[in-house]
Amino acid sequence: MSLSAISIDWLPIGPPVGALLTGIACLFFWNQIRLQRYLQLLGAVVHFVFSFSLVCTVNEVGPLVARLGGWAAPFGIVYVADLMSALLLLVTSILWIVIAIYNFKGGIDVHRERYAYHSLASFMIFGVSGAFVTGDIFHLYVCFEILLMASFVLMVLGNDKEQLTGALKYLVINLISSLFFVTAVGILYAQVGTLNFADLSLKLASFDVLPPSLSMVAHLLLVAFGIKAGLFPLFYWLPASYHNPPIPVSALFAGLLTKVGLYSLIRVFTFVFPHEGASTFAWIWWISVLTMIVGVIGAVSKMSIRRILSVHIVSQVGYVTLGLALKTPIALAAAFYYMVHNMFAKTNLFLISGVVESINGTDSLKQTGGIFKKHLWLSILFLISALGLAGIPPLSGFFAKLFLIKAAIAQDDFWSVAAALGVSIFTLFSMIKIWNYAFWKNPPDDLPAASPATSFARHIFTPQMISVTLLASLVLGMGIFAGPIWELSLKASHAMFDTQAYIEAVLR
Amino acid sequence: MEAWIVIVVGVLLVLGFYLLMQRSVSRIILGLLVLSNAGNLVIFVAPGLVRAKAPIISGESLNGFLHADPLPQALILTAIVIGMGVLAFALGLVFKLIKVLGIEDVDEMRQE
Repeated sequence: MSLSAISIDWLPIGPPVGALLTGIACLFFWNQIRLQRYLQLLGAVVHFVFSFSLVCTVNEVGPLVARLGGWAAPFGIVYVADLMSALLLLVTSILWIVIAIYNFKGGIDVHRERYAYHSLASFMIFGVSGAFVTGDIFHLYVCFEILLMASFVLMVLGNDKEQLTGALKYLVINLISSLFFVTAVGILYAQVGTLNFADLSLKLASFDVLPPSLSMVAHLLLVAFGIKAGLFPLFYWLPASYHNPPIPVSALFAGLLTKVGLYSLIRVFTFVFPHEGASTFAWIWWISVLTMIVGVIGAVSKMSIRRILSVHIVSQVGYVTLGLALKTPIALAAAFYYMVHNMFAKTNLFLISGVVESINGTDSLKQTGGIFKKHLWLSILFLISALGLAGIPPLSGFFAKLFLIKAAIAQDDFWSVAAALGVSIFTLFSMIKIWNYAFWKNPPDDLPAASPATSFARHIFTPQMISVTLLASLVLGMGIFAGPIWELSLKASHAMFDTQAYIEAVLR
Repeated sequence: MEAWIVIVVGVLLVLGFYLLMQRSVSRIILGLLVLSNAGNLVIFVAPGLVRAKAPIISGESLNGFLHADPLPQALILTAIVIGMGVLAFALGLVFKLIKVLGIEDVDEMRQE
């Protein structure tokens, strides 16, 4: 084995370790906030470079495996980057860059930044990246706890009353989810004797129908990840807590946290428990449809931008799990495409709501308005993201829904087609509601003139606007270049069903 | 032996969930403590409890001895440490809720 082969194998640890080192480095410069901002941006760019080279390499040579501590595969912990992990890392790094740029001016208030906001955000990315790239289910649990711990502190940073009460709900429900997860892992180890994804996949492939004990493990994991992903009926913590922290934190949470739960669901239920007859897929189907419907109805009823967006996350999660429930490679690819699209669009909407809030001083729909007259460019960006989320061609959401619906029709599953289409009408409605109230209608008379209209150039070249523009162009780009991206997600999803390459790479 | 520990796990789970459903914030935290220990015990008992040697194999001593599985012990240690960290955070949060905001009952938390 040549030196270059060794170094390529170690590539998967790059993104998580880079994020970890960024967080530690930020701790060393406790009082230099400006420096911390640059450090975070630097860390995000390094993360991007690693992830991008991972995607390129994995796309060519197949899964890369880093054996931590040099232990052979089923015994030691491995970091495995297959195409899906690598792509998710890439998306994570893009979101991180965007939010790091957003932080430069007006993103988060200084007294929060003083208390290690930058380190915590980096540590959270560390947990997220680790969860995406790990090849061991117990290590997945550890990564979950890392990102949860960072997110707990991020959530209470600033000590507002709403933040604290929201954090309690968030904490309790997530610990219950961890309890389910740990229990499942313990029983799984007792039954199968391994915790490595590749080894689990190999050993469980011999079952046609899962024995009851393993079926129980599958259901426990469904509950555990379902809570983290925000699935019906265990999503109520999400609208209660996501809108409370400051915008960059909400945006990070909205973009990444539920997606880690979704990724784990996909990994576990395609890789480890793909078995029919375990009734898990029937459960996932019902849960997805109900999640989509309940989430969007909740969103329609809210009267503040961030609340609408937070509840709406729930509805979008349902689409992704619907793709998982249909259980074909095409449906899973559609789900994956949907997930990536949603990470961009939803994060961008949160960031835009932050800009709206900094312009008008509030995000309550009733007390705001008139953005369209003063800030045309921001309005266009909002429209791109919002219509993208609703699924208007040629934006990313259209293709995401198109692929998903095509996959459902191929399965003769017309109920989920109806649900997906019906829910997207309400999605459009909730986005139009934000548009009408915040952008289109005249501002109420008592609106304090928080910011006077600025010149076009000064309006656009602020850090906030640059980051929002970047993400909106990605939403647009995912629509325009839907073909190549779809090919990639199809390849990634085929690799989830045809686990041969992964298993061989890990257990080699 | 296993049966007893399984019963203990069951009792802990019942106790934990009962405490979680109380309205007092500090009882909720106690419930979390009990639940996390129930989870740890599941890992402990899951691979089976046997009288066996420590899993340190030197030379020829492999023959004839039953060796304990070291992995669950590593897992449970990790889980205990994580549980302790999370609990420390939870206690801090409850301290803030009670001392700073004067919230002791979850009903006082309603928003809107």
